[in-house]
Amino acid sequence: MDDCHGASTATLPPPAAAPARRHIVAIVGPPNSGKSTLFNRLTGLRQKVANFPGVTVEHRMGRVKLDHHREVFVVDLPGVYSLQPRTEDERVTHDVLAGTMESLPRPDAVMLILDSTNLSRHLALAAPILSLGLPTLVILNMADDLDRRGGDVNAAELSRQLSTPVALISASKNVGVEQVLEFLSGGTLTTVPKAPLIQLPVIQDVPKCRDWAANLSRSTEYRAPAPPMWTRRLDAIFLHPVIGPLVFLAVVIGVFQTIFTGARPLMDAVQAAIATSGGWIESALPEGALRSLIVDGIWSGVGSVIVFLPQILLLFLFIGILEDSGYLARAALIADRTMAKIGLQGKSFIPLLSAYACAVPAIMATRTIENKRDRIATILIAPFMTCSARLPVYTLVIAAFIPEKPLLGIFFGTRAAALLGLYALGFLAAIFTARILKSTVLKSTRSPFMLEMPPYRWPTLRSLALRLLDRSKVFLRRAGTVILAVAIILWFLSSFPLKDGKAPEIGDSFAGSIGHFVEPVLKPLGFNWKIGIGLITSFAAREVIVGTLGTIYAVDGTSESIGLQEALRHELSPGGAAALLIFFAFAMQCMSTIAVVRRETGGWGWPVVQFAYMTLFAYVFAFLAYRIVN
Amino acid sequence: MQADGNKPSRDAKPECRNLTALKRGESATLDRIDLPEDDARRLMELGFLPGHSVTSSHAAPGGDPRVFRVDGSEVALRRETAKHLILR
Repeated sequence: MDDCHGASTATLPPPAAAPARRHIVAIVGPPNSGKSTLFNRLTGLRQKVANFPGVTVEHRMGRVKLDHHREVFVVDLPGVYSLQPRTEDERVTHDVLAGTMESLPRPDAVMLILDSTNLSRHLALAAPILSLGLPTLVILNMADDLDRRGGDVNAAELSRQLSTPVALISASKNVGVEQVLEFLSGGTLTTVPKAPLIQLPVIQDVPKCRDWAANLSRSTEYRAPAPPMWTRRLDAIFLHPVIGPLVFLAVVIGVFQTIFTGARPLMDAVQAAIATSGGWIESALPEGALRSLIVDGIWSGVGSVIVFLPQILLLFLFIGILEDSGYLARAALIADRTMAKIGLQGKSFIPLLSAYACAVPAIMATRTIENKRDRIATILIAPFMTCSARLPVYTLVIAAFIPEKPLLGIFFGTRAAALLGLYALGFLAAIFTARILKSTVLKSTRSPFMLEMPPYRWPTLRSLALRLLDRSKVFLRRAGTVILAVAIILWFLSSFPLKDGKAPEIGDSFAGSIGHFVEPVLKPLGFNWKIGIGLITSFAAREVIVGTLGTIYAVDGTSESIGLQEALRHELSPGGAAALLIFFAFAMQCMSTIAVVRRETGGWGWPVVQFAYMTLFAYVFAFLAYRIVN
Repeated sequence: MQADGNKPSRDAKPECRNLTALKRGESATLDRIDLPEDDARRLMELGFLPGHSVTSSHAAPGGDPRVFRVDGSEVALRRETAKHLILR
């Protein structure tokens, strides 16, 4: 390929036969250079998310169809500024490119994607990447932006100097992507690349790399674009000392309100669909243990978790828009000072806010935090935030025990005050825990906070849709495995041993026995064995306790149910009710959260510690509440 | 790596003008980064290179952290970090 020059890779001869093995091509680039956009563009729906063994970093693998019988694998690696890793994410990129990552062979080629509007800095990454000696395509992305802002670059000259193909593209506008496909289908993947004409700098020396990149961009007639005017204008508003925080507050309230009330109709619809389909299955199957397992165990158990899917998707839609548009970095900047007071940082803010809807997506959202200790601390305190699954429990107990009296006219009564108090308690517990964690085991090694502010960009529908699809898959896969298993176990415990060939009364079931068994432990909190069963079943999802208590008392199991409130007043002293509320505020009664923490922290260590801590915390404070109120 | 061969003391001396001295819109040339090699390297990768110009920009409410324009990009730093970036 002596004549390989310029952005055109079409001159490469196509290989005679399909290669025996599918090639792996890695996408590498600095953060915000458009890696994921290109990845989505190339692979579309033919992609999946996977975790490398032993690390919490996700990577996305996808297939690119070249023609009828040929495909290449493309792997989207975490963003890096150099090949000197500082974070776990960056270590993954380094290890994959070095070929030392188990479970993934060394890539056959690299696509280095750079932001063409910031080329003199981004080109510095070309030095370490080219010195890997792998066939490399240098992609200069955001060509549309470069052009619009009056910048220019001679891609052919850059290609000549680097002795490697260069493509000037816009991944989001789908301009020039065919050059990438040509690279992937060409013979380059199997040839040993030539050494660049221009000598590579010492790659460990940042200033030298930077000077090298500056010289290179100068000799390729790079004309830097004008500053991004829209970004400057928007920042004048979003980072304005007065308007900025107001916009921030409006965004926060908007997100909060939407995931709370906006998701309601969707959640009701999902719930109705589950109930209706459960009814169909019930009528289609003969009566017996199998029907009970499927309808009462699996369908309603898994269903009680799937109900949260609309809320989770809505939340991720917001996070997606905020992140892709560039506002998330500004929000993190505004929140940083407040978060620093509890030892965390700005990037912890959005995950913690999300935790008010559900801890599961919140914990998944902590991936935007590069600092590992900050990320773990955020994961550990997120379940203290009052998630929406606690609401049905709170509503039921508050309605049963606290008489409604106005405190501030019609707007604010005793019940609302109690609810607000519970929200505050969760928040205070989170702050307290964060302080302890950040001053002991998770004390950060004074790693400075550095946050790049990307230019504002329109989020693309394609990226948002793929992101939501991805999150749904992760969530549903968990619902189909861990949660399914626990639902079956819970059903078994409450339906056996059989009495006269029929399911037992709940008190005589295994669950009942367990309830009796744990009663001595729960007595100091003012709970009897029935509440004990409720606590056990609420592992499926906190609000399941409401349904369980409904079953036990043989009344309609909804939190608005008068019968259930009546029964609870019988069963619990006011102190016991206070203890129950406190217990739910602090305890980690949620198997989905435990499962996601295990997944995100890469082992059982953290979830076990977290569960033990939160349960102990909840127990102690529930005990105190019981004693004080009684 | 110290950006400067002549190793200065870790706590920036008061007479050294550092990034926190810049008012919004002001520019100056960076001289060195008084931080451990690892952190200094990342700052340089982000564009805080000795000999290059730094412009102070917007800040979060309360003035901390603050955004700095360097080498074609904008990076926010906390005051505690910015004070270790010494100006020429």
